[in-house]
Amino acid sequence: MTVFTGMTDLVSNLNALAGGLFIVATFGIVVARQVRACLRFFVFQSFFLAVSAFMLGIIPFSVHLMAVGTINLIAKVWILPWILLHMLGEEVYTRREIDQVVSIPASLIIALVLTIVSCFLSLPWLKAVSAAKALYINIPIGLAGLFLGAYTLTARREAVPQLLGLLAMENSAFFAGIAVAPDLPLISELALVFDLLILIFVVSILTRRVHKHLGTTTVGRLEKLREEPYK
Amino acid sequence: MILIVLVIIPLIATALSALTDRARFGAFITLTGATGVLVLSVYSAMEVICSSKHVLVSIPGWIAVDSFGILILLLVAFVNMTASLFSAGYMDLDRGESRRYYSNFNLFTFSMLVVPLLQEPNMVWIALELTTLFSVLLVGFENTHEALEAAWKYVVLTLMGAAIALLGFLILYWAARHANIDSYTWSGLLLIAPHMSPVLLKASFVFILAGLGAKVGLVPLHTWLPDAHSQAPSPVCALLSGVETTVVLYVILRLLPIIRLVPSIHANMWLISFGLVSVGAAAFLLLQVRDYKRLFAFSTVEHMGIILTAVGIGGGMAHTGAMLQIVGHALTKSFCFYAAGSVLLLMGTRDIGSVHGLIKRAPATGVALLSGGLAIAGAPPFVLFMSEFSILRAGLHQQRYFVTGLLALFIAIAFFAIMNHVSRMVFGSDEASEKGISSPLPITCKLTLVIAALPVVVLGFYIHGALYKLLMLAAATMGG
Repeated sequence: MTVFTGMTDLVSNLNALAGGLFIVATFGIVVARQVRACLRFFVFQSFFLAVSAFMLGIIPFSVHLMAVGTINLIAKVWILPWILLHMLGEEVYTRREIDQVVSIPASLIIALVLTIVSCFLSLPWLKAVSAAKALYINIPIGLAGLFLGAYTLTARREAVPQLLGLLAMENSAFFAGIAVAPDLPLISELALVFDLLILIFVVSILTRRVHKHLGTTTVGRLEKLREEPYK
Repeated sequence: MILIVLVIIPLIATALSALTDRARFGAFITLTGATGVLVLSVYSAMEVICSSKHVLVSIPGWIAVDSFGILILLLVAFVNMTASLFSAGYMDLDRGESRRYYSNFNLFTFSMLVVPLLQEPNMVWIALELTTLFSVLLVGFENTHEALEAAWKYVVLTLMGAAIALLGFLILYWAARHANIDSYTWSGLLLIAPHMSPVLLKASFVFILAGLGAKVGLVPLHTWLPDAHSQAPSPVCALLSGVETTVVLYVILRLLPIIRLVPSIHANMWLISFGLVSVGAAAFLLLQVRDYKRLFAFSTVEHMGIILTAVGIGGGMAHTGAMLQIVGHALTKSFCFYAAGSVLLLMGTRDIGSVHGLIKRAPATGVALLSGGLAIAGAPPFVLFMSEFSILRAGLHQQRYFVTGLLALFIAIAFFAIMNHVSRMVFGSDEASEKGISSPLPITCKLTLVIAALPVVVLGFYIHGALYKLLMLAAATMGG
């Protein structure tokens, strides 16, 4: 019995560790200067998402979560970066974000505030259903990741970091999802991952076209479309 | 079974149109598929109306359609048919482009048809995300600076919304699981709603409303909509503005009766606030547009706001009005974009200031644009006049004077704005440029204008008994 309790504690501590590293990787996506570094942080984030799924799936044992973790590992840590690296030219990756809308130290502070806010936001939900211990890790972190991803989208001007911000948001929703919906039908999980691959594919094509026709991937600088009053 | 065939048709059309580079073949396949889908949807609609429970089930718990779902399905099928007919004449496709355009077009249709058929909310979310992914490349199809910019804004903002909505859907699942739900479907949720935790339900509703609101174009998340809905090729604009927004709105409204079972969430207040802000902002933005396709795009924001406000007012009369408004908007807005597309084809400019005296230079197109403008602004005798009138009447009947008054004011401003721009284009005169237009409109475009105009005019006078019953049944699914 004590072995079992010890095991449970160990697993839930490992889950907490994965959660901590997950949010650190998300911070990395927010502040990394180079596109390639941004992608690397995203891969880390997906990896810790998979780790958390495995940890949650050990006790009580759940084939579902193991499958989810494995699917994530294959799709996001392996296939997805591969597609991104191959569909977009080298030039996109050597770019540096020179003109972020908000400076990096300021971004860090904003990210920190968003993280704290999301902890407070999610507390009432957890209390309302007297949630299990793992949820206290996964829900606030998932919510924080969602906010940080949205922030990345607004603060970045390069195409690929914006896309990674989007993917980070989806990862974060999943991070909360594996805790609250461990028995989601596998078909939904598979469809979700399939959907994600289409997303990468479509957005890569679009990025390529933007690069080809407009000669830039600094999409935040595109502002031809706007309302001007009659003169 | 019929429902499964219905969604497989566009997939087959996708595969076939990907096979060849000939634009005519692609157009033919797409149009044939679209007609087949329309026939099957009308058939299923009759089944739904006649069956005792008013549902048509293909795979229990996964694929089924009720009165509200079939209404949306019918609209998607109809606009899809007219849009594929319009594409045939409108799109001037080179080798290779045809393959890209028509296969994407059919995939987009597929994703929209699937949404009202799916019963499991998480799957619905996936289908919604597919509607964005399959339409992005159509928005940026022309590869101009503006089109690509619009496509990028579209994909980033709506997918950001989708990620927020995903968390909402997962929280919904959490709440349902906590209440020991039997089958996780829309109807299963309705049964269990009173036992669900109000805090979680509220959180999920807010996330879903905000997330999907971005895709419906609710202010302040609307910024991408006028860009995407004006830069896409006109037939795609008709689909985006006419039915894609409606399909997303349908999901929000599907959730509504579930949320309403927990009064402490005040769902109606949320809808009215979002709705009125959208109508108001759109009305004032309509005053200052300079591009006539953007004009119709902003009017979509306005109409989505009207529908939300109407549903928020609540009660049978307002709900029926909202359903009629959904139908009227989809039909009229697609017609408007066909008219706008014809003008673009003839004049080669989107600038309102550069188009004058259409009625003399191209009478048919001028009349189409004028009647489209009148119809979308809500003038009698068109269908939107009927629905807006019944919504305002329902508001007064429920003694919501402030909300109704504001709504009426905004509708009036929007009416003025739209007619101001449209009449400039149709009647205004400019001696220098007043010569006839050399190349006439392709015959398929003319045919589309006639077919698309028919229901807009007819429904203003007469609603067939079966359709009326469907509207009432759909309104009844909204709950209290």
